[in-house]
Parts: sequence; C-alpha cells; structure tokens
Amino acid sequence: MSVSGVPRHWRSQRERYRLLGTYCENCGTSFFPRRKICPKCRRKGRTREVEFSGRGRVFSYTVIHVGSKTFDEYAPYVIGLIELQEGPRVLSQIVDCKPEDVHIGMEVEVCFRKLFEQEDGGIISYGFKFRPVDDSWVEYYGKLLAEKKARTAQT
Amino acid sequence: MRVGIVGYGAYVPRLRIRVEEIARVWGHDANSYREGLGIEEKSVPSLDEDTATIAVEAARNAMRRAREVKPSEVGALFVGSESHPYVVKPTAATVAEALGLTPSLTAADTEFACKAATTAIQACLGMVKAGYIRYGISIGADTAQGAPRDALEYTAAAGGAAYVIGAGEGVIAEVEATYSYTQDVPDFWRRDGDSYPRHAGRFTGEPAYFEHVINCTRILLEKTGTTPRDYDYVVFHQPNSKFPLKAARELGFEDKKLHPGLLVNRLGNTYSGSSLLGLAAVLDVASPGERILLTSYGSGAGSDSFSIRVTAAIDSKRKLAPPVIYYLDKREYIDYSTYARYRRLFKER
Repeated sequence: MSVSGVPRHWRSQRERYRLLGTYCENCGTSFFPRRKICPKCRRKGRTREVEFSGRGRVFSYTVIHVGSKTFDEYAPYVIGLIELQEGPRVLSQIVDCKPEDVHIGMEVEVCFRKLFEQEDGGIISYGFKFRPVDDSWVEYYGKLLAEKKARTAQT
Repeated sequence: MRVGIVGYGAYVPRLRIRVEEIARVWGHDANSYREGLGIEEKSVPSLDEDTATIAVEAARNAMRRAREVKPSEVGALFVGSESHPYVVKPTAATVAEALGLTPSLTAADTEFACKAATTAIQACLGMVKAGYIRYGISIGADTAQGAPRDALEYTAAAGGAAYVIGAGEGVIAEVEATYSYTQDVPDFWRRDGDSYPRHAGRFTGEPAYFEHVINCTRILLEKTGTTPRDYDYVVFHQPNSKFPLKAARELGFEDKKLHPGLLVNRLGNTYSGSSLLGLAAVLDVASPGERILLTSYGSGAGSDSFSIRVTAAIDSKRKLAPPVIYYLDKREYIDYSTYARYRRLFKER
C-alpha cells in the first residue's frame, strides 16, 4: 500500500482503535461497521455510536498459510469471524494462541495490535484483534495475599 | 490535597526467550550471563506489538482500576519510551485516541532513556496540583533494543506500565514527595538513525546508575526526614538483578523490601517500563498505610525518587485488572531463530 492508503487508514482509524459500532435505540440492534441509518427500522430508527465490550465468541475461522503481501510475515495466522456479545459479527485476526488451539465457540476478547505497516516508512495501522479470554488472573490475588501473610508470619 | 495514583496497569507480551538460548547462538557461557546479570529470561514482543500497543494495553488496565475517571476528565497523556514507533508522530496521540480521550487533552512523548515516564508522572502531579487538569496519565513502555551478541541482548525486553494521576478520595497511593537528580553522563546513547544503543562499559555502574540512584534516594530521605526503616518496599530501576540489590544494600534497605518489586530475572529490562512495572508489582500486594520508595534511573543521566503511601482505596480497585505476576506467568518460549524473525533481524533481500 502506498501513501494513497493514508486516507483509508484515516477513515477507519476510530472504529478500528476502539471497536465502535452503531446501536439502534428503536429496535435494540447493534451494527458493525457503523451505519448512518438502521437497516431494520429505516426512518423510525434512532441510531447512536457505541463502543462494544470487546467480548465475543469465535463463530468461524480459517488459518491463512499464504497471506497477501501485506500480511505474509504473520503466516500462519488465524482469521476469525467473531460474534460480539452485542450481536454483530466482526472479521479479525485471532492472536496470542496457536492455530491448532482455536475452535468454534471459543471465548475471545479484544486487544490492541498493529494491523499492518505500509511499505517504505509509510503509516502504521493499528487496531483491534482478538485473543482467547483468560480470566485466570482473578485467582492470583488470593495467592498473592496468602504469600504475603506467610512472609509476614516468618518475620 | 491528597495527590497521587488513582489507577495503575501493567502489560507484558507473552513471548519469552531464555538466557541459555541466546548464549547458545553466540557461543557464550550462559551461566556467566545468568549469574552476572541475575536474569533467567526476557520478554519479547510479537510481530504485531510495539510501544504503542503495549502502552494501550497497560493504559486500558490502568483505566479499569481508575473506575471513577471519565475519559473526558483526563487532561494530559504522556508516553515515555526510547522505542517510539515513529521518530516524528506521537505515540501519545495514538494511545489517547485508542482510550477515547481525544480531543480535549494535551499529549506528548517523553524521552530520557529509562526514566522518561517517571518524569512524566511528576509533570502530571504538578498539573493536577496546580488545578490545570483533573487527571493525567503517564505510561512507560518499551520494546527495548539491544544489538545481537551485545550483552544488552540478554536483557532488552518489552513491557509497560501506566499510571493515572489525580487527587481526592480515589487516590490509592499518595505521592508524599518527589525529588530528582540530573547530570550529563556519557554512559548509554543512541544516535538518530541508529538501530541499537551503545554503552560505554565502565561508565555504566559507579558514575551513572549508582551515583544517581543512591544520591537521589538519599536526598529524598533527607528532605522528607525519613529513613529506610520508614518504608515497607523499595523499587529501583532494574537493568539487571545486581544493580538494584547493591544500591538497596548501600542505602540500608533490607533485601526483603526490594524483592516484591524486583522482576528483572523473569522479565528482562523493559527500559521505560522497568521501575514502573516494579512499582505495579508492589501495588499488587501492598496494604493500606504501607510506604513505598521508588527511584527510577535514565541513562544520560538522571533519577526521579518518590515517597509513596498506600491508602485504603487500594483494596477496592486492585482486583479490577490483572496483576503483574499473571503476565510473568503467562508465557510461551521461542527459540533464537523465531526471536530473530520477530525482531526483524533477517535481511530479506
């Protein structure tokens, strides 16, 4: 991609950085990418911008072994169709796991990564990707507290 | 007015390379590096991670803990690093955009080797105290560079920590005092356009790290009328395990006060993230009323010291984001060839 890719980068930057979509207050449906009018309610729709929670499940996925020039250095990589908690499906890379660990229904959460870099010192495009949900960190606080108590008891 | 930290967050990429693996490639004696530097392994960024992505992840964790802070109330954001993705185009603007803080704030990238972010914390404290802003964010993040086969390659790591600074009831750790110590020292530098820093071996220790860390800390103790006995934890910049240990002993801090925040053996040196990740690990375990002494070090050279007192507000906020130890444990080892690919050491044509 050349400098001509800069306007496209600019147009999609906000929703890529923050996973922004549209919510229709009339029918309660969420959309991604953003819509100006609700396709269901048409002129009755009341749409507003919404930042999605970033949690979802793998609806489907594929493993890319031979990527396009822009993405080839990431190969093999996983492209998933992620169904967000709010409903919309989003196409995204799934990272921080091996291709063989991905499965349909797997819980994923949003993370912030480099999407691609334009050649020859061009713009770096950042945005959302998804990684497996790992809530095991919650249990660490119990362990940390117990360790601290043991240390205090020693001294 | 109680001014200090209202939220903190850490992030470390999950890839690791062991000292043995680097030593194997260069024919070095792994034990001499492991024991000489006091390091087992270091973190490595994925191909799609850089200082901006690490800063965003750390700052999102910090904002989870700073739950009372509305994005529109953040008036300043600084990213301290020596590996900003662009020479000209601020990482801070990308991070502010990703956090939804734009456009009503000031933002800038800061650089002072490994202490760029502690200096930015001082800037935020000043602006909050003066009433210019309600909250400010300072992030220290790096994908540290170390030339292949250089001793730095064993330690140069990736990671970051973010701090939301503010005042009032939400403060989880009050900054009681801060003091800085700066001189022009030729211990470590990287010229514009160079890929890797250079270091002037014999300058690294005595006239650089120890001169600044020890004097900065000592003068802060004098100014506040405190002694090492008044602190429950001490955190220093940690380029290796030996330097902070030696500095702590010379100042009269017991080893056990240093250990909770000493991460370098499993993490490596995350440059601008180093001392701030250490502080985050201490905040993960500190109890209300406990005191922390933090001293950063940046080559070139300078130190910033902080006297910090933990408040009761920490108990309700700490568990809102992952602790540092979670990131240290969540790891996948790679070999040197994968490391070389991810660090783009191969010339393709």
